[in-house]
Amino acid sequence: MTSDGVLTLDGPAPDVAPEPAPLLSVRDLRTHFRTERGLYRAVDGVSFDVRPGRTLGIVGESGCGKSVTSLSIMGLVPEPPGIRAGGEILFEGEDLLKKSRAEMEAIRGDRIAMIFQEPMTSLNPVYRVGDQIVEGLRRHRALGAGAARERAVEMLRLVRIPSPETRVDAYPHEMSGGMRQRVMIAMALACDPRLLIADEPTTALDVTIQAQILDLMGDLQRRLGTAIVLITHDLGVIAETADEVVVMYAGQVVERADVRTLFADAQHPYTLGLLASIPRLDESRSRLQTIEGAVPAPNAMPKGCRFSPRCPLADSRCLREEPPLRDLGPGHQARCWYAPIEEIRA
Amino acid sequence: MASHILSRLALSIPVLFGVLLLGFGLLKLVPGDPAMVVAGPMAPPEVVARIRTEMGLDKPVAVQFGLYLVRVLQGDLGYSMISNTRVASELADAIGPTLELMLACLVWSIPLGIGLGTIAAAHRGRALDRIVIAISVLGVSTPIFFIGLLLMQWIGYRWELLPFLGRAGPLWTLEGLRHIALPALSLGLVFIGPVARMTRTAALEVFNADHVRTARAKGLKERTVILRHVLRNALIPVVTLIGLQAGYLLGGAVVTETIYSWPGVGRLAVGAILANDMPLAQGAILVLAVSFILINLVVDMLYAGLDPRVQRR
Repeated sequence: MTSDGVLTLDGPAPDVAPEPAPLLSVRDLRTHFRTERGLYRAVDGVSFDVRPGRTLGIVGESGCGKSVTSLSIMGLVPEPPGIRAGGEILFEGEDLLKKSRAEMEAIRGDRIAMIFQEPMTSLNPVYRVGDQIVEGLRRHRALGAGAARERAVEMLRLVRIPSPETRVDAYPHEMSGGMRQRVMIAMALACDPRLLIADEPTTALDVTIQAQILDLMGDLQRRLGTAIVLITHDLGVIAETADEVVVMYAGQVVERADVRTLFADAQHPYTLGLLASIPRLDESRSRLQTIEGAVPAPNAMPKGCRFSPRCPLADSRCLREEPPLRDLGPGHQARCWYAPIEEIRA
Repeated sequence: MASHILSRLALSIPVLFGVLLLGFGLLKLVPGDPAMVVAGPMAPPEVVARIRTEMGLDKPVAVQFGLYLVRVLQGDLGYSMISNTRVASELADAIGPTLELMLACLVWSIPLGIGLGTIAAAHRGRALDRIVIAISVLGVSTPIFFIGLLLMQWIGYRWELLPFLGRAGPLWTLEGLRHIALPALSLGLVFIGPVARMTRTAALEVFNADHVRTARAKGLKERTVILRHVLRNALIPVVTLIGLQAGYLLGGAVVTETIYSWPGVGRLAVGAILANDMPLAQGAILVLAVSFILINLVVDMLYAGLDPRVQRR
């Protein structure tokens, strides 16, 4: 499973032969916030690749920087208080961090689209859903009102909204949460984006609706070839949808692997903790497994490994020195002095 | 929509009754005997007594109110005690100028207030925001008579830039415009403050809304985001609050008309109260109250038009 010679490499993953070139390549991204209590390094040196037509899952607890990462890609981090502190976001070869506001506006909703966690509040309550889809379409495509409306109906049909010809004139408050999330997806996909960022798209929905929305996204991805960055705290969602996974902790990537490797052979104690906290039907446990402690406060980052205060393996070196992201196998990296760890999973 | 308006209209009937009762009651409490006013200071007591009987002032108050109600419903507001003209026709002459004044005030102060509030919200915490807050605090806390007197003193009297007494003709004539400028400016200045503040507060709330983030994620230009997604939604509470400020506007109109001798309902009301001209005062108060109700009705309709969620209820 693991290579014997452990390379220390903090940069890009080594190219694996048959993979197409990445569509999105995030390199050492640093997004910080200036707050009253000091500088908050929300995203601190994050790197990952997203390949065309594939799904990258980003997992982590609240506050680990996964949403800020996605907003950084979209150029939607408010500045101030946000600061572009470094790195690059290469999308189709161009660095999005170097784009002007107008250039980013032209890319957003066209080549990169995003859907959000809260379908109940993410649509404007005073406009008809069709008009909200049309608005984005006409911003990026030279379409007449009639053609844009037809396209909106077509998109609603694509996301399996019943009788789209009439629902196109509905207001958001006339729809359920699941329906609204479908509208959000229709809106996001209206201009055929190359990349779709989905920030906890199913968290606010019932479990059955969750499954429907994930199915829909997977289906549309196969049909349209859209690359997806799926942000979630739910490993179950990751297992179902992602091809590759990035685990984030306290603003950093702590482990990166393809989805099979991650579930079969996770190498970071944090990932192992996350996996252990999924309740299983085939075990009888009186209590749910948890990871002790909490994410460190942004102004009180530990000196060495950021996970060390909560880590069962931490020793003096972990408290002193920050481990680099180390290669453990093809496309598999973990930020731990102890990786590869075999013993603690026993 | 039609049923929404009808139900609103039905609701205004008890309000109107209350207005009539209050207007009637207040004038009963005001010192002074209307019969003496009509008879004049030199009239012998028996003449005063006869006039009192003719005017129905010797009847119980409840009966007087009942008779008053019946007459009002017939459109008969009585005769002015001072000029002996029909109250209804005096009011009809005064309503036009008052409407003119309101229009001339609202047409610039509401857009400006909304614009300033939006600019402030878009520049939250920065210099422009602070300037707008300062202007609106000044506007809110300065009494209208003071602003009116300042403008009159400097622009009107010292610098002789604009006339400051009376009305010279309809709005579409140059003289008419010149004469309405100062009253409309005074009344508008006090109205900008509250409108700007409300807009700022409402817009700030909308700026943080999830759907504004969605609008940005669509790639809309920031100007489009502000105008179509922030301002449009912020207008819903602003319109409601403008309706609540209608009383403020009407009160301001009374003061403004009095300062600038503007021949409107407000000045008529003040003059009638000072002269103890009961029928005229009651009529003027009634007109002001009806305007208040009408303004709120318009606001309700605007509100239903702005927020699609309202119509369903």
